[in-house]
Amino acid sequence: MNRALLPLLGFIILVVFLGIGLTKDPRKLPSTFIGKTAPTFNLPQLHNLKKNFSPKEMLGKVWLLNVWASWCVSCRAEHPVLNRMIQNNKVNLIGLNYKDEVADARGWLARYGDPYQLSISDLEGLVGIDWGVYGVPETFIIDKKGIVRLKHTGPVTNRDVSEKLIPLIKILEKE
Amino acid sequence: MKKLIVVFYLLLVMPISEAAVEVKPFKNPEYEQRYKNLINEFRCVVCQNQNIADSNAALAKDLRKQVFNMINAGKSDEEIMMFMVTRYGDFVLYRPQFNSMTFFLWVGPFIIFVVGLYFLINFIRRRKEVVATELSKKEKEIIKKLLDEKEQKQ
Repeated sequence: MNRALLPLLGFIILVVFLGIGLTKDPRKLPSTFIGKTAPTFNLPQLHNLKKNFSPKEMLGKVWLLNVWASWCVSCRAEHPVLNRMIQNNKVNLIGLNYKDEVADARGWLARYGDPYQLSISDLEGLVGIDWGVYGVPETFIIDKKGIVRLKHTGPVTNRDVSEKLIPLIKILEKE
Repeated sequence: MKKLIVVFYLLLVMPISEAAVEVKPFKNPEYEQRYKNLINEFRCVVCQNQNIADSNAALAKDLRKQVFNMINAGKSDEEIMMFMVTRYGDFVLYRPQFNSMTFFLWVGPFIIFVVGLYFLINFIRRRKEVVATELSKKEKEIIKKLLDEKEQKQ
């Protein structure tokens, strides 16, 4: 091999690695919770603040936790997708209303529809910290044993629902 | 005029962006130092090129509060780091812990350095050989012969 081509070869290798780097989204962090027991909490329900909700109540069911807020712009884009998902599939969807005012959150659901079985009010964002939430909206899938199996950061699209969420839920329901 | 110029220069050296200043009641002055060190070590996962000390993001604010509460509750630095890593992953630390996942991150540059050094030494050695090699007796004879032939032809 021609020795003069060596620097070119080095350059090509560098370009390939940088190219792979470009296709990745640095904002998407791998969740540290996949395969681990979902963090527990005990928070008031948005529509009935006297009543608390804890993930323990969902043991034995496959369920989704969707983190949302009325101040979150991309949640609005995601909302019709969730509404449609609920209409077309049997899904246990719980909302985590993250760092929001109760009145704003209720108004938002009244206006855009409420796909959630119930929402929980996380005023201080402490449960958000426990779940490693860093960008709303985020969606978690939790299996029957209470183990986190998937985390989706950013708005869920119709395609995500049909290709990622629903297939996984169907698999988990058989477990 | 001179005064104006002085004022202008003073304005130039004024810090343009002050880091977020929050008054926090520490139980113990040593806690405050630890707090300052810690919030400089954590990356803000929202605005990824800032630490949580510099960031104004709501999450960074919450995490500063969290660190403050944990320090005042007597938690050790290691416990607080573990708290952050279990939630946000190794990425949250500007100096990630050394484990199988971060092995190449830490050791990679040294490996590349050693490999580079090897090639550099080889290269220099080879060049030295070329310069320093003296002609052997046999080679000298060949050259003499060739030169003589050339002279005869002329």
